[in-house]
Amino acid sequence: MAYFSQQLINAITLGAIYGLIAIGYTMVYGIIGMINFAHGEVFMIGAFISLIGFMICSLLGIGSAPVAIVLVLLLAMAFTTVYGWAVERTAYRPLRGSFRLAPLISAIGVSIALQNYVQLVQGARPKPGGQVVSGGFTVFSADGFDVRVSWLQIIIVVVTVVLMAGFTWLIASTSLGRQQRACEQDMKMAALLGVDVDRTISLTFVVGAALAAVAGMLFLMYYGIIDFFIGFLAGIKAFTAAVLGGIGSLPGAMLGGLLIGLIEVFWAAYFSSEYKDVAAFSILVLVLIFRPTGLLGKPEIEKV
Amino acid sequence: MGLRLPTMLKDAGLTALVAAALGIFIVGFHTVDVGSRTGLSFDYQFGDLGVALVVIFFGRLGLSLAAEGLRWPAIALGAAMIAVGASPLRLPSSFLHWFVVLGGVLLVIRAAWPSATHAISSFAKTPTGRVVDHLGNQWAGWLLLTLAVVLPFTPMADQKTMDLGVLILTYVMLGWGLNIVVGLAGLLDLGYVAFYAVGAYSYALLSTQHGLGFWAVLPLAGMMAASFGVLLGFPVLRLRGDYLAIVTLGFGEIIRLVILNWVDLTSGPAGIGSIPGPTLFGAVFAETAPTGKQTVAEMLGIPFNSNHRLIYLYYIILVLALITNLFTQRMRRLPVGRAWEALREDETACKALGINPTNTKLTAFAIGAMFAGFAGSFFAAKQRFISPESFTFIESAIILAIVVLGGMGSQVGVVLAAVLLIGLPEWFRELGNYRMLAFGLAMVMIMVFRPRGLIAHREPSIRLHPVKARGSG
Amino acid sequence: MSEAAPLIEIEHLTMRFGGLVAVDDVSFIGRPREITAIIGPNGAGKTTVFNCITGFYRPTIGRLLLRGDRQYLLERMLGHEIGQQARVARTFQNIRLFPAMTVLENLLVAQHNKLMLASGYSVFGLLGLRRYRRAEEAAVELARAWLDRIGLVDAADRPAGELPYGAQRRLEIARAMCTEPCLLCLDEPAAGLNPRESAELNQLLVSIRDRDGIGVLLIEHDMSVVMSISNHVVVLDYGRKIAEGAPAVIQRDPAVIRAYLGTDEERLDG
Repeated sequence: MAYFSQQLINAITLGAIYGLIAIGYTMVYGIIGMINFAHGEVFMIGAFISLIGFMICSLLGIGSAPVAIVLVLLLAMAFTTVYGWAVERTAYRPLRGSFRLAPLISAIGVSIALQNYVQLVQGARPKPGGQVVSGGFTVFSADGFDVRVSWLQIIIVVVTVVLMAGFTWLIASTSLGRQQRACEQDMKMAALLGVDVDRTISLTFVVGAALAAVAGMLFLMYYGIIDFFIGFLAGIKAFTAAVLGGIGSLPGAMLGGLLIGLIEVFWAAYFSSEYKDVAAFSILVLVLIFRPTGLLGKPEIEKV
Repeated sequence: MGLRLPTMLKDAGLTALVAAALGIFIVGFHTVDVGSRTGLSFDYQFGDLGVALVVIFFGRLGLSLAAEGLRWPAIALGAAMIAVGASPLRLPSSFLHWFVVLGGVLLVIRAAWPSATHAISSFAKTPTGRVVDHLGNQWAGWLLLTLAVVLPFTPMADQKTMDLGVLILTYVMLGWGLNIVVGLAGLLDLGYVAFYAVGAYSYALLSTQHGLGFWAVLPLAGMMAASFGVLLGFPVLRLRGDYLAIVTLGFGEIIRLVILNWVDLTSGPAGIGSIPGPTLFGAVFAETAPTGKQTVAEMLGIPFNSNHRLIYLYYIILVLALITNLFTQRMRRLPVGRAWEALREDETACKALGINPTNTKLTAFAIGAMFAGFAGSFFAAKQRFISPESFTFIESAIILAIVVLGGMGSQVGVVLAAVLLIGLPEWFRELGNYRMLAFGLAMVMIMVFRPRGLIAHREPSIRLHPVKARGSG
Repeated sequence: MSEAAPLIEIEHLTMRFGGLVAVDDVSFIGRPREITAIIGPNGAGKTTVFNCITGFYRPTIGRLLLRGDRQYLLERMLGHEIGQQARVARTFQNIRLFPAMTVLENLLVAQHNKLMLASGYSVFGLLGLRRYRRAEEAAVELARAWLDRIGLVDAADRPAGELPYGAQRRLEIARAMCTEPCLLCLDEPAAGLNPRESAELNQLLVSIRDRDGIGVLLIEHDMSVVMSISNHVVVLDYGRKIAEGAPAVIQRDPAVIRAYLGTDEERLDG
C-alpha cells in the first residue's frame, strides 16, 4: 500500500510534466493539423536555458530559492518562446500550401538540427544542476516504508494546475482564445472575418513553447540532470499523451499526460524498468491503431 | 533603392536580434564540467556569438538585396564574406571560418540563382535542350552505373575509397528500398531501420549459431523482414499520413529496444560479433583458411591481397542495389506499381476505381521491408559485428532524407542524394561532427526551397507516343 | 422509354451523422440506358446519396440493390469492392485525378483489376510473359479509344495535373468508363464548364448512355444539362425526395420551384 502510494505520487508529478508538453502538441495539431515533431526539442532547450539561468543566479549570489525559481521561470519562458516562434516562422509557415507530409519532414529536420546544435554547442555529456529545492515531508508510513512527498513535487503539481487553469481561462474567455478557436474550426472563414491567422498561429506556437519551457525547468529541478537527447524521448511520450487524451483537446492533453505518467511509473515499479520505454511506445502504437481520436477527442469525418 | 535600404537594414537588424535571443544563452554560456564538486561552470562564448551575429546580419542584408533584384551588391557582399572567412584573420574559433565562408557561398548562389535558372530553362525550351533533357534522364543512370562498375579498377580505389563506395551503395540500396514505400506509394515510414535490423540480426544469429552461409541466409533474411513488414503494416496502413509516420517511428523504436533488452537472444548492447563474411563458392576471403575450406586465393590461383574481400563486398552490394532498382523499374510498369503511385496521388480516387488500398499499401510496405532485410544481411556480413546502436531512429531519418532529397520516386535522384549526404561528409572529415546538424538543416531547406527534390521530373512508366515523334508539343 | 428492369434500386435510404439527418427515407430507381438526374438545392443531400451508393458512407438504413452481372447489396459492401465487383464507377465534385501521372497512366490505373489478374498478381509481369504484355496492349487500346472520344489523344503523355479544367473533367469521366462499369455516377460533371464545354459534355454523356448502354446517375446544378439529356429526374430537398419524374414534369412541379426559388414561379427555366 505504501509502495503503491509513493508510486502514485511520483506518477502524478511526472504526468504533470508530460501534460505541460502535451498541450503544445495538441494545440498546434488543433490549429494547423500538423505534428510538431520538434516540440520535444523546444522542451529540451527550455531545460538548458533553465540550467544556465540557475547557474547565473548562483553566480549573482541569489540565494533565495523562490526568487531564483521565478527569475529562471521568466527567463526560460521568454527565451524558449523565441525558439518556438522562430521554428514556426522559418520551417513551417513557408510550407503551409505544400503537400501534406512536407511540414512533418521539415519538423523532423528541425528536431535533428536542434538536438545537434545543442550537442555541438554545449557538449554531449549530461549536465547536472537546478537542484534548488530539496526536502519534503512524510505523508504516512506503512510496512516499514515511508511515503514521502517532496516540496518540489508539490511545486510541480501546483504550477501545472495554475498554468492549466490560466490557460483554460485564456482560451475560453479572451479574444486571443476566441481567435484561436475560430482558426481551429475554419481558418479561411476566420481570415475573412478579420482574424490575423498568421499571428494567431504564431501565438499558438509561442504559448506551447512557453509551457514546454516550464516543463523543462521543472524536469531539470526534478531529475537534476539533463542532456541534449531528453527532448526525443519526452517528446514522444508527451505526444503519446496528447493522442491518448484526444488530440486537439486541452483537457485531453492533461488527462493523457497523467495516464502516461501513471503507466510509465507503475510499469517500471511493478514489471521491469528497462522496458518502460517500450511500454510508452506500445501505448502510442495501440492508441493510434485502435482509437486514434483518443479518449476525449472527436471523430473526424473526411469530406469526399 | 535609397528608400528601400533602411527597410533592409532594419530587417537585417531584426534578424540578428532574433538570432541573438536564440543564441545568447545556449551559445553564449557554454557549460563545462570543471570536475570539481561545484559541478558545472561557464566558458563564455560571446566572441563566437558576436561574429555569428555579424555574419547573420550581413547575410540577411545580402538576401534582401538579392530578393530586390540587386544582384551585384549581394554577390559583392558574399564575396567579401568568403574573403574574410578564408583570410588569415583570426576568428574566435575555426568553425567560424567555415561559417563565414559558407554564408558567403550561399549568398552568392542565392544572388546568381535567378539568372542561372533562367538561362537553363530557356536552353531547355530549345529543340536541342529538349533532347538533352530527355537523354540526360536516360543516360544519367547508365553513366553512374558505369562509374560504379569500373571504380575498383581505377587508381583512386584505395581502401578508404572502396569503404566509402560500399557505404554509399548500402545507403543507395536502402534509399531505393524506402523509395518504394515513401516515393512511390507515398507512405511516410519513419521506422524503416527496423527491417534493416531484422535482416542484420537474422544473418548474424543464423550464421553464428547455426552455421548457415551468407547466400543461404540472404533470401531468408528478406522473407523475415517482409513478414515483419506485413505484421507491422497490417494494423497501421489504414492510418493517415502523419499518424502512420509516428506509428512506424514507434515500431522502429520498439524493435530497437527489444533487441537491446532481450539479451538472451541478441546479446543486447554487447552485440553479436565474429560474423562470417560471404564466401565465393565456398572459398573464404582470408590469408589462411580454416580446416576443410579453401581460401579464394588458393581457389583462383592468385596471390593473396587483403583488398579482395573489400572488392567482393563492393560488387555484392552493387548487384543487390541493382536488383532493387531493376525490380522497382519493373514494378512501376505493372498494375501494382501504378496502383502505388495512384495511392500516393489520391487514395479516395483509388477506392472509387476498385483498388484495395490496404492490400496495395501492404505490398509496398512488405517489398520495401524485404530489400531492407537484404541490405541488413549484407551489413552484418560486411561489418562482422552488429549492435543495437547501428539501428537508431537517426538511421531511418537519414534514409528518409536521401529519398526526399533525391526527389521522391526518382531512382537516379536517390543515388545523387546518397553521394551528397553520405559521401561529402566522409570526404570532409573536419566537418564530421557537423554532419547531423547539416542533415537536419538540409531537410528543412529542401522542404522549404525544393520540396520535390533534386530530380523533380517524373518519368512516365508508359508512353502512348514515343519521344522522337513529338513535334513542338 | 422502355421499362427495362431497374439497374439500381435505392430503397428507404437514410443517412444520419450523429443528430444530423442528411438523407431521410429516399427511394428511387435508375434504369440501364437511362440518365437519371438527382437535383436539389445546395445541402439537399445529393452527394451524401452518392457516397452511400459508392461505399464512402455506410447507410444508417436502406437497401441499395444493384443488378449487374448478379445482384449486389451495396450497403453491405466495402468501398473498393463496389468498384471492383459491383462495377459502379463515379466521379467527384472536386476532380480527383492522379495529377503527377500522365493522362494515359490515369486510364491504365482504372483497368487495374483486369490487369492484375492478367499479370498473375505481378508474377507474369515480372517474368515478362507475353500474356501480360498482350493484356497491357489491350488496355492501352481501350484507353486510346476513350482518349479519341474525349479528344485528348495528343495529350496522352502529359501529366494529368497540367490539363485545363474542362479536359480534366472529361478525363475523369473517361477514367471512370475505363473500369467498364454497369453504373456510372457523376457528381456535378458540368461544374465550372462554359456553355460550349457543357454542350460537349452532354454529347459525351448521351453517347455513353446509348453506345455503351449503361445506366448513369447524375448530380447536377446546371439545368441545361439536366433538362436536355436526362430521362428521369429525382428532386431532393433537406434530405427528402420531393419530386420524381420526367424532366418536363419536374420543371413545372410547384414543390420543386418552391424549393429552389422560395416563391411561386411559373416554371423552372433550364
